[in-house]
Amino acid sequence: MSHAMATNAGTAFEPGAGVYDKKLGMWVFLGSEVMFFTALIGTYIVLRFGAAETWPLPSSVLNIPVTAVNTFILICSSVSMVKAYAAAVEGNGKGLRFWLLITVLGGATFVGVQVYEYMQLVGHGFAPSSGLFGSTFYTMTGFHGFHVSMGVICMSWVTVQAHRGKYDNGRYEGVETIGLYWHFVDLVWIILFTIVYLI
Amino acid sequence: MATTEHKHPNYMAIWAWLAGLTVAEVLVATLSHIPRHWLVLALLVMAIWKALLVALYFMHLRFEPRRLWPIVLAPLPLAVIMVMVILQEF
Repeated sequence: MSHAMATNAGTAFEPGAGVYDKKLGMWVFLGSEVMFFTALIGTYIVLRFGAAETWPLPSSVLNIPVTAVNTFILICSSVSMVKAYAAAVEGNGKGLRFWLLITVLGGATFVGVQVYEYMQLVGHGFAPSSGLFGSTFYTMTGFHGFHVSMGVICMSWVTVQAHRGKYDNGRYEGVETIGLYWHFVDLVWIILFTIVYLI
Repeated sequence: MATTEHKHPNYMAIWAWLAGLTVAEVLVATLSHIPRHWLVLALLVMAIWKALLVALYFMHLRFEPRRLWPIVLAPLPLAVIMVMVILQEF
């Protein structure tokens, strides 16, 4: 329907789901990622309810303002990602390369701030060995940070490929596919930020 | 632009919603005089609202063929089952 241009060889629509194969593959992969993060979040909820009286209020341990700003940075990198996608669809190579670079920088900044946050927390005595909250906090945010880091590495490669002209002339599929992963990681952080930091 | 039928949603409006909801969440979390269960409910509603905005507009789910939706939605009941099973440990 909407992607009328996706008629190039190699970007044929998958007949079953009505989208091209790369996109279908990414959605199936993201389905498995939902289960992965659900296992972590579900375990966190059970452990927290089980130790409700000794569980510290997250805001008494964590630096909420810094993480709120970091959340904003990740949201902005999602916007730059859709801008890159829109540029790719329109065949605007210059815009694509610019917005991809902004997205890479946004993701790298997020990871950098997270490393700073970890150093501060460990410096104040809050480490993975600091009880249930410590171990669950570092497991959940660590796995998310790992996902962002992998996203930054993959996005850097996509940026290099964009400079080589791989996505010219409206061949946006690769950009859209990495974008789905990027937005999913943003979506997971939105949930984690609320559950781990605010509640 | 004329070469594609694809309509881009207003990405900056979605960005403004996401940013505004994030600020609202942080402010709501500091309210100490309202009952905690209402606080948690409000925060969860805002988080799910933000997640839906990202999925529907940034991931373009709203504009995808309906045939893709079962694949996208399949993990959600499975995730609920998994949480229910984990809760048995509680």
